[in-house]
Amino acid sequence: MEQYIIQVVIFMGINIILAVSLNLINGITGQFSLGHAGFMAVGAYASAILAKNYNLPILLTILIGAILAGMVGVLIGFPVLRLKGDYLAIVTLGFGEIIRVILLNMKITGGAKGLPGIPGGVTLLVSYFFALITVIVILNIMNSTDGRAFMAIREDEIAAEAMGVNITLYKVLAFAIGAFFAGIAGGLYAHFYQFLKPDSFNMYKTVDVLLMVVLGGMGSVTGSILAAIILTIIPELLRGFAEYRMIVYSLTLIILMIARPDGIFGKKEITDIISFKKRGR
Amino acid sequence: MLLEIKELTKDFGGLRAVENFSLNIKKNDLIGLIGPNGAGKTTIFNLLTGVYEPTSGYVKLLGEEITAEKPYKITAAGIARTFQNIRLFKDMSVLQNVLVSKHFNVEYGMFGGIFKSKLYQKEEIRIKREAEVLLDRFGLQDKMHLPANSLPYGEQRRLEIVRALATNPALLLLDEPAAGMNPQETAELMELIRGIRKDFKIAILLIEHDMKFVMGLCERLVVLDYGKIIAKGKPEEIRNNKRVIEAYLGEVEE
Repeated sequence: MEQYIIQVVIFMGINIILAVSLNLINGITGQFSLGHAGFMAVGAYASAILAKNYNLPILLTILIGAILAGMVGVLIGFPVLRLKGDYLAIVTLGFGEIIRVILLNMKITGGAKGLPGIPGGVTLLVSYFFALITVIVILNIMNSTDGRAFMAIREDEIAAEAMGVNITLYKVLAFAIGAFFAGIAGGLYAHFYQFLKPDSFNMYKTVDVLLMVVLGGMGSVTGSILAAIILTIIPELLRGFAEYRMIVYSLTLIILMIARPDGIFGKKEITDIISFKKRGR
Repeated sequence: MLLEIKELTKDFGGLRAVENFSLNIKKNDLIGLIGPNGAGKTTIFNLLTGVYEPTSGYVKLLGEEITAEKPYKITAAGIARTFQNIRLFKDMSVLQNVLVSKHFNVEYGMFGGIFKSKLYQKEEIRIKREAEVLLDRFGLQDKMHLPANSLPYGEQRRLEIVRALATNPALLLLDEPAAGMNPQETAELMELIRGIRKDFKIAILLIEHDMKFVMGLCERLVVLDYGKIIAKGKPEEIRNNKRVIEAYLGEVEE
């Protein structure tokens, strides 16, 4: 039982990284991307293969995997520069699927049979060490001039560029940073389950993460963290409902979205709410 | 010479939106660009700021050619603008709106921001102070932390001007700054623009429909019709110009 709880909590940490990093692309920069599972897969497979075949320490392989994922993010960031909204979503979804299909057909990944025997070692500490770094880095970026540039692009691209923001650079940067952290989440995932198959990174994985971002509030890091926690726990709590589980899960989501259409936190952070109350008094 | 515009032409497919537009702007000029709807005024702004690439002609800012440069580079070079329909960063605070304009000359990089380096702290203090001085000057200091879209209409227009000024421009382009304003607000805006010109020592080129407004404010006017300049001169010369009257009121019956 205790082991089970620890596993859920580790998985929660991975989900926090995924949600917060997707939020940078979708919520903070306003570029609706559905390629997150693809970035995660790059990090997962790269780290797994490096650790398994070359015996490198996982902290190092996770980092290399993340850098590779970030590079794929740049690669995807460029062609989608001219696209917006629905079109961007469709194209990034396509890119994510291409990555999955490539992994499915490579020899070194084990294809559809999967990749077993990946070295483990993802403890609670490792998972939350990376989660903490992700949250701090993204929060600090948001509080810097680069964060304001990302947000300005979300609010109004034309005005952002007219005020001196290099929108091409910042859109690609958003993809690169988001993909980097998705790669870290992927690496953790690989060494946590110690087995990978391409199907784990299909579009449903992206949708899972997207749900966290939307539920928490597009643009709110606090919201993404909270939603990642809630959406990791709810399916576990609902295990007792057996076949009704997904129905109850969906209903919970619908009710939450009706109650808070902008997500739990909207675009605000927990610190905004606290400081607002202080000023009010 | 601050800005030299030479024979700027822009075609959209078969339509010639702007034809051979030439204009010289000196330091501290205040020029009005007027003309009927669809005359090509905003197109000229978009050509000057790099949103559109001209079909032919060139633009030089302080002797440097900036024709068809990227908009963000033109802003950094010294041309700032406002928009006909307000384009504020709605969900960002008033202060953040102004800080975005400081982005291109902030000296710390992304890692400086991530690690909150000394330079980051210093630069953030510097740009916040600069932004606050500007907001103070334009009476928006009390609303600094409110989201931009919570301001009343007139203040949103004013914030757009402040945001443009925050880029430290040599030339400010105002696209219909008085649109949607009542006479009282329009009169205040005239004072505001005069004040900007005096205090910031910059040149201003503005598009406006309100004749009383442009005639009372600008010392030189350029009148555009069907993409061509039909008259240039002082307000009193323009007022009595036959071609201008025709363009606005239609052909005069003999």
